[in-house]
Amino acid sequence: MSKTGRIKAFVKQWQLQSMVIPGIVWMFIFCYIPMFWLIIAFMDYNIARPMLESPFVGLKHFEEFLADERFWRSIRNTLGMSTIKLVLGFPIPILFALLLNEIRQVKFKRTVQTISYLPHFIAWTIFGGITLNWLGEGGVVNQLMMGLGLQDREILYISDPKYFWWIVYFSDTLKEMGWSAIIYIAAISGIDPALYEAAEIDGASRWQRMWHITIQGIRPTIAILFILAVSGLLGSNFDQIFMLKNNMNLKMAESLDLYIYNMGLVSGRHSFSTAVLFARSIVALALLLLANQASKRLTGEGIF
Amino acid sequence: MIPIVRKMRRYGLFEICNTLLMLAVCFVTLYPMWFVFVNSLNSPEQALLGTTNWLPKEWSLASYRVVFDDRNLMNGFFISTMRTLIGTSTHVLFTAIVAYGMNKTHLIGRKVYMKIALITMLFSGGLIPTFLLMVKLGLYNHFLVFIIPGLYTFFNMVIFMSFFRTIPDNLEEAAKVDGASDYGVLFRIVLPNSKAVLATISLFSAVYHWNDYYQGVIYIRSQELLPLQTILYKIIAENSMTFMQQQAMEQFGARLPSNSIKFASMMVATLPILLVYPFIQRYLVKGVMIGAIKG
Repeated sequence: MSKTGRIKAFVKQWQLQSMVIPGIVWMFIFCYIPMFWLIIAFMDYNIARPMLESPFVGLKHFEEFLADERFWRSIRNTLGMSTIKLVLGFPIPILFALLLNEIRQVKFKRTVQTISYLPHFIAWTIFGGITLNWLGEGGVVNQLMMGLGLQDREILYISDPKYFWWIVYFSDTLKEMGWSAIIYIAAISGIDPALYEAAEIDGASRWQRMWHITIQGIRPTIAILFILAVSGLLGSNFDQIFMLKNNMNLKMAESLDLYIYNMGLVSGRHSFSTAVLFARSIVALALLLLANQASKRLTGEGIF
Repeated sequence: MIPIVRKMRRYGLFEICNTLLMLAVCFVTLYPMWFVFVNSLNSPEQALLGTTNWLPKEWSLASYRVVFDDRNLMNGFFISTMRTLIGTSTHVLFTAIVAYGMNKTHLIGRKVYMKIALITMLFSGGLIPTFLLMVKLGLYNHFLVFIIPGLYTFFNMVIFMSFFRTIPDNLEEAAKVDGASDYGVLFRIVLPNSKAVLATISLFSAVYHWNDYYQGVIYIRSQELLPLQTILYKIIAENSMTFMQQQAMEQFGARLPSNSIKFASMMVATLPILLVYPFIQRYLVKGVMIGAIKG
């Protein structure tokens, strides 16, 4: 097509173009400009001055954060919390979906499922508030532990840093277990019932059926979610941690996200925390590729 | 006794344990909300002595009275409501329109547009550059910071696109033959036939807008623009109960029964979700399914 022909065709479909172009403009402003502004990681950026007038300083901020003990502490906290979540948290929705699938009464099954994902829709302000209250002085957890004779006096769980990772793990599991199970439940319902019938005739036990049919049937789903979980190792649930952290437990609570927030928005070191952001997104990308490769090797399934 | 034994035989040990386990799951899921509910109804005098686990020791609406009299909280309720209504409707409309245009194969530049959109999903600027952008755009401490940056998401666009593709082409063509424009087709044919996906995405967006407290923490300075959840965050996590504190002190002339007021505010902030949840939950699950198939 000639150039004028193309312009004519473009003008002719102005209605369609006017639907899409605002979206593209939006993307440029709210996605591409921030992406471009990652460049301030290499500058001494001052918010009062126009962007490009700030002096370039090379890798100064990168060297600085690599030498910061607090940075390494935040790495340790992030990896610690993510690892607990990955190792102890990842199997729980799968287990829940498997067990729920064994319930035969359809109505009961559906009711349990509906109830189980209610907490997902409760805000972290509320859920965090409940958690803080339960773990506090005279709270439910202390009452329970003392009632069971597991501890002889009150423990201030929330102000003792050593409990923080576990608080994050348990409160997250309680809130998200049912919701995370939905995808597995959907995958299980897609398995051909004839497989189960055939296995039953062949005399397979309940556990054998669970292992050889159900688990095998949802393996691709498990693989994909596992890749996503591994690539999210350097992330944390900011809404949750921001709610549960306090000055006393900060030592164990400051995740990488929170470190970036504290350095950038609380202390106003914009360039410094952008450098941390920059480094993190590169490592996260590498993790995603690595997890994808590993999953392809082990299970034959990958995202790309 | 005998029917129970017979039932147990029929179901076996595994079924019984499994059923009990599922009941336990229901209990731990529902109990937190019950806990908030009963404590919000506990009288301030009793709340001073500690929380109650099962039922209020003394029923009272006093905490709710304090909450509903609190100008800041009610203003937060208003901001949250406006944010949810405006934020959700503009997001759905904007994203649906972009998705409809993107779906057309004869759209000139479609491949480039799709690439531009795809990159936004893989990379992002992150917290600090986004914050600086909001400051430069004048959105810092402005109500529109809740609306404009949330107009579009790649994920929801893909959901819209895949749904629009299931609408029969001849419906659109017939309207075109009758002389309808692209906008005419979208608003008179496509959107009215997409009620399910519109409902799902609206609900997710509304839940997000209602529950989010973090945007308010980062971008809002003025008290009168704070959404309810951000105020709640400040009350719970930062223990700043200034206005309510004074009011409650005046009202009861005693030490502040802060817990029962906290619980009452939590209840007020959750009630809209709890009330609509039974009716909307099937749409929410449907949404996850669409997302799961696509992703």
